[in-house]
Amino acid sequence: MALRTEELMLNMGPQHPSTHGVLRLVVTLDGENIVDVRPDIGYLHSSVEKMMEYRLYVQNVSLADRGMDYLIAMQNEQVYCYAVERLAGIEVPERGRYLRVIFDELQRLASHLVWLGTWGIDLGATTVFLWCFREREMILDLFEKVTGGRLHHAYFRIGGVYVDPPPGWTDEVKRFLDYFDDRVEEYDKLLTANPIFLARTKGVGVINRREAVAMGASGPVGRASGIATDVRKIEPYEVYDRMRFDVPVFTEGDCFARYRVRLEEMRQSARIVRQALKELPGGECRARVPMTMKAPRGEVYVRTESARGDLGVYLVSDGDDMPYRVKIRAPSFSNLYALSEMMRGWKIADVIAILGSIDIVLSDVDR
Amino acid sequence: MSIGFVEPRPEGLPEPRRSTIAPVAEAVEILDSLPGGGLVLTTVEAALNWGRAASLWPLTFGLACCAIEMMAAFASRFDLDRMGVIPRATPRQADLMIVAGRATLKMAPIVRRLWEQMPEPRYVISMGSCATCGGPFYYDNYSILKGIDQVVPVDVYVPGCPPRPEALIEGILKLQEQIKKEPFLRRQAAAALAARTARPQAARR
Repeated sequence: MALRTEELMLNMGPQHPSTHGVLRLVVTLDGENIVDVRPDIGYLHSSVEKMMEYRLYVQNVSLADRGMDYLIAMQNEQVYCYAVERLAGIEVPERGRYLRVIFDELQRLASHLVWLGTWGIDLGATTVFLWCFREREMILDLFEKVTGGRLHHAYFRIGGVYVDPPPGWTDEVKRFLDYFDDRVEEYDKLLTANPIFLARTKGVGVINRREAVAMGASGPVGRASGIATDVRKIEPYEVYDRMRFDVPVFTEGDCFARYRVRLEEMRQSARIVRQALKELPGGECRARVPMTMKAPRGEVYVRTESARGDLGVYLVSDGDDMPYRVKIRAPSFSNLYALSEMMRGWKIADVIAILGSIDIVLSDVDR
Repeated sequence: MSIGFVEPRPEGLPEPRRSTIAPVAEAVEILDSLPGGGLVLTTVEAALNWGRAASLWPLTFGLACCAIEMMAAFASRFDLDRMGVIPRATPRQADLMIVAGRATLKMAPIVRRLWEQMPEPRYVISMGSCATCGGPFYYDNYSILKGIDQVVPVDVYVPGCPPRPEALIEGILKLQEQIKKEPFLRRQAAAALAARTARPQAARR
């Protein structure tokens, strides 16, 4: 007579050291195998979209820092300012656009470093965490010298950027990039050929291209599954059309491919920053925009490539000095949909590896 | 501030300042040369509090942006381990909760439950404006709890949005000072005595 077995429901989170924030996963298990995963979100819902309707266009910049994805504050400001500028027809000076690209890419580096460090610690590699945070502190120092803030900057303003970097700052960035290139090679050497790391990631959490498209996956998660798209290439904003960089695309769709996409993106970001520093023009960095600016009646949808994927803002104006409606299209939210597809059939021990590999930030998911 | 390994230290600068407290070996040597100097008298409570203050184990519990700065405080440059602060992943082993970030109304009961799961004596640091009073999410907001002190008692508030890692370290040092002054054993004894005297009355009623 066969033993009677039944499925087990396991609750993971919202307080769990490896869920990268307050995410609750309801995992249905058959022995050690995952039958189903249902994410429960909303533990960090900050109602930022509603709050933006009660703030001036100019004030919302600092709200975009905090209410949206907090690891990529600059890129949130970028997409919000870009939306308002498109709606109001404000022209950003050349220097401001170059500075925006520099800060966007430095922010991408900082974000990927946090991802690599925390994912490393999830998989049991503490060294990576310490190394990544060492480099990240240097980037934050560079930010601090210009903006005064480490995490939340309010540096991008409608019509450009707040202020010119102090003298000598560009040389410091160049020196940092020279140092950083070697460090990326170090991470590569430490992890890419590491047998334990390979066993935990290679072939784990596979999602194919068709499913990734159906779930709306974008950014590194989509590119690891063969979706060869990057908003910086297909709909260039700021001065990305003048930059020469490659978009890494892999077709395996597993955790290892997602890791390799992000590692290559770090190299490409460094390359973009170098070009932008070289071509950085002189002149004003900010167009004159009144503090109580009004956007004309209308609506606009813009999208940018954030560190997590396709980040969009849909902005509706009724001609007032405050937006009528702001809708944020968060990349982490769509990538989280792909999670249950990735996890089905794997062991309970792989949950952490797969969850870390899609790099969600719960502030971005819940808004 | 130099950016870590990128800038070499310029020539001709004085050596970095060292601590003025005599090293332990030197202090022991001085004490040993005195008659009866090897013996140190203290109260049990002071010794206990010294030990408790020097091994605060916080719960690894991040809510929002401040958690990133908390992680930075544990990482390479700031290295909270040297204060004896080692993060623990379960509330059963932790005696300090750093509420880092905004707590939503959905999350608040869970914060309370985690606090209840921690063994006594337990402490709470409210890190950042959101945990302290709602911060930038105070007005026009329907989902954020306006201050974590509505749910759990807070010992130290650290202001900032987000506070720098240095500010968090300062908060932890303040908490250590507080713990060193605490009449912990006497309070426990008083509570035990109160419980013993209260019991017969309850039986009589």
